[in-house]
Amino acid sequence: MTALTPDFTPGPLAESGAVSVSLLAPTGRFSLRARATDMPVLSKAVGVDLPAKIGARANIGTVEILCLGPDEWHVLVAETDAPRLVERCASVYADAPHSLTDISDREVSVRIEGPEAAELLTLGCPRDLDRIAEGEGRRTLMDGATVVLWRDGKDSFRLDMWRSFAPHVVALLETGCAELAAEQSGLANRRP
Amino acid sequence: MLLVHCPYCEETLPELEFAYAGEAHIARPAEPSAMSDEEWRDYLFIRSNARGPHFERWRHLHGCGRFFNAVRDTVTDRFLITYKAGEPRPDLSSLKEAAE
Repeated sequence: MTALTPDFTPGPLAESGAVSVSLLAPTGRFSLRARATDMPVLSKAVGVDLPAKIGARANIGTVEILCLGPDEWHVLVAETDAPRLVERCASVYADAPHSLTDISDREVSVRIEGPEAAELLTLGCPRDLDRIAEGEGRRTLMDGATVVLWRDGKDSFRLDMWRSFAPHVVALLETGCAELAAEQSGLANRRP
Repeated sequence: MLLVHCPYCEETLPELEFAYAGEAHIARPAEPSAMSDEEWRDYLFIRSNARGPHFERWRHLHGCGRFFNAVRDTVTDRFLITYKAGEPRPDLSSLKEAAE
């Protein structure tokens, strides 16, 4: 059973008192691979300084960049600005050889927020979430599926996952929400 | 669960994010056609199968995606060190001393 329809309509997916999961609207996504020595040229083309440390993020305007590996960046950009990003990177290709791949269609994102958001993520994520600081992100695992986890605030996360894994991951998040809700109501009932 | 230190991420992370990738420091021969069948077989299939410290490759598959090398004791399952791909073999005796 899954709430996801094939067209992935953005909106709330699951809700418990302490955490809510919602599907985010589509956005432009790119995978950028380049040598570290070419970073300055590419930073100028993209308009944002590419972060060098794995997990670090940078954003200006509608462009948001997360460093995934020593030579890999995940770039989010508003759909309307995506063609310009492609054009500007292509213009510096001769100076800074790179690979900029449009992966907008490959992934969907959910937002997980609420006081129990981190608790919900521990269902499928083996990482110690306390070690991902606010304003950082990582590629990690969610119940067997590779995901990119963005920590926007103490209780606010974004999860980018491959579209084909989304029904599986979202079903797990729904179950988790139901469990957390049951736990809460159980606590409420026990109160005198 | 094992905890593995990724030399690229510089973090110690759960084993689930990693994939084992066989023995390390096995260089592909420059001229395979000049080798005898036995030498080629040895390159392809014959591994040290160490009891004790073992040089092996790992990949941070669900993370930075990089291959790196590790020395793991196959008896205790303890990682003595992990280091970036392309770096020379660390000295085993000093590693053992450090682990004790």
